[in-house]
Amino acid sequence: MREAFYTETKALLDGDTRTALVLADISAAALEQAAQDHPDRVLNVGIREQLMVTVAGGLALTGMRPIAHSYAPFLVERAWEQVKLDLGHQGVGAILVSVGASYDSSASGRTHHSPGDVALLDTLDDWTVHVPGHPDEVGPALRAAATHDGPVYIRLAEQRNESPYRTDGRLHPVRRGDRAVVVAVGPMLDRVLAATSGLDATVAYTDTPRPFDADGLRDLVWEVTAPADRGAAVVVVEPYLVGTSAHLVSQALASVPHRLLSLGVGRTDLHRYGTVDEHDAAHGLDPASLRAAITLHLTAPTAAQFGAI
Amino acid sequence: MTTTLATPRATESADARLRRLLTRLTGDEKHAPSSHSTLDVLWVLYDRVLRVTPATVDAPDRDRFLLSKGHGPAAYYAVLAAKEFIPAEWLDDMAAWTNPLGHHPDRQRVPGVEISSGSLGHGLPLGVGIALGLRAQGLTAPRVYVLVGDAELDEGSNHEAIAYAGATGVTSLTAVAIDNQSATHGWPGGIASRFTVNGWTASTVSGRDHDQIEYGLRANQPDRPHVVVATIEQKG
Repeated sequence: MREAFYTETKALLDGDTRTALVLADISAAALEQAAQDHPDRVLNVGIREQLMVTVAGGLALTGMRPIAHSYAPFLVERAWEQVKLDLGHQGVGAILVSVGASYDSSASGRTHHSPGDVALLDTLDDWTVHVPGHPDEVGPALRAAATHDGPVYIRLAEQRNESPYRTDGRLHPVRRGDRAVVVAVGPMLDRVLAATSGLDATVAYTDTPRPFDADGLRDLVWEVTAPADRGAAVVVVEPYLVGTSAHLVSQALASVPHRLLSLGVGRTDLHRYGTVDEHDAAHGLDPASLRAAITLHLTAPTAAQFGAI
Repeated sequence: MTTTLATPRATESADARLRRLLTRLTGDEKHAPSSHSTLDVLWVLYDRVLRVTPATVDAPDRDRFLLSKGHGPAAYYAVLAAKEFIPAEWLDDMAAWTNPLGHHPDRQRVPGVEISSGSLGHGLPLGVGIALGLRAQGLTAPRVYVLVGDAELDEGSNHEAIAYAGATGVTSLTAVAIDNQSATHGWPGGIASRFTVNGWTASTVSGRDHDQIEYGLRANQPDRPHVVVATIEQKG
């Protein structure tokens, strides 16, 4: 993912004089050639993430299209007021490109984890969020973002799906079923396909959770055969904070009987290092845990049954 | 609708005009314009230095003025009205629901206002970004002026901007620090030293003396960012 970002960013800087790149040391070495070729448009401000985001805002105020890039907790959370005021409130946009979320830097610990990044951006207006599931999805996201002036967040994960999928912003069914709709965001897709193997469920993919494809979800859910008394089973599996998209799913399905199960990264600070797989397991995002949770949701147990489980 | 601008009366001095406009803003007839810490610096900027007019507020090669210290914007609004960037009528009911003027300026609602400010510590780093954006587009004529307060310098984000602008030579940037000694823990050794140690040039002037202010604002060197420390009486 990161290599694809470097390649595409270099190409954008070479091809469009409106493009600028602001760094805070992270990835500066990998983008050294771009910095040499475009010294006025590739700016490394040092380990100053507040300044990085605000400089991006200043560049945008002069009509440029800035890309700012760092680890997600420093890009979005440390510089949060800068994102809110120096982009949003000034009425300008930028392309923020993160690495490391939610816990790709698993062994670095909580200081380098950022499961809440997309939820934070949801407190603001108009953000487009891309979560590529494959390196080939990075270029289209970045190139699309370069064509306008709005705020865009591109969340680059270490984990990836085996194949790239369409990146037109819509929700696309990858597998068809009749009893549930399971939405997989970005790199969650392959494990969701594994977890739902043999289940009678539609699995739909998006790399663009914002703006959320409400029409697409509604159409898919209408196609599901729902028990009359309980509504259609809907599951959303996101690689960031659990329930981040629940409010949008709820809005999209306001007039459709449904039951929503949100799966994602929990809120608890686990105070653990370890591997990404171990964090996945701890948050119930490994295929076995996903299968258990989704199967339970599909069986639509009554409240009494829940008590017996 | 006919809009009456703050057209100078033939015999009215600039000082009297500003006093009249400030009275419209504040309803306060007792206090002299000198009760506004930024007024003299703002007047010199708009009257003598800045290359921007109501007709060029969107021109790419205009000078930029960024009011970082967004609170207490009465003097700013009065100067904008005196220079006819905004109608004087707006001064009469500041912060009302329908009035574009509020207690912190909003660039999307007020012509000539370059940044929306209020939360401290954003103007100087925005100024760095604007200066670099202009430079990257080959616009070398415009200068970027950012007004900060001495207490505002408590915010750490300023120091990210000061260090970076000095180290990399953001030469079209001028900071104007209004120093009324209001920072809770002070700046031992002076405000200017925070900038000069990072490679800026500095002028320390009386923030009430228009000629001194102009001199300081024109004292920038071609190879470094510049700060004007405008000292005024201590905040009461």
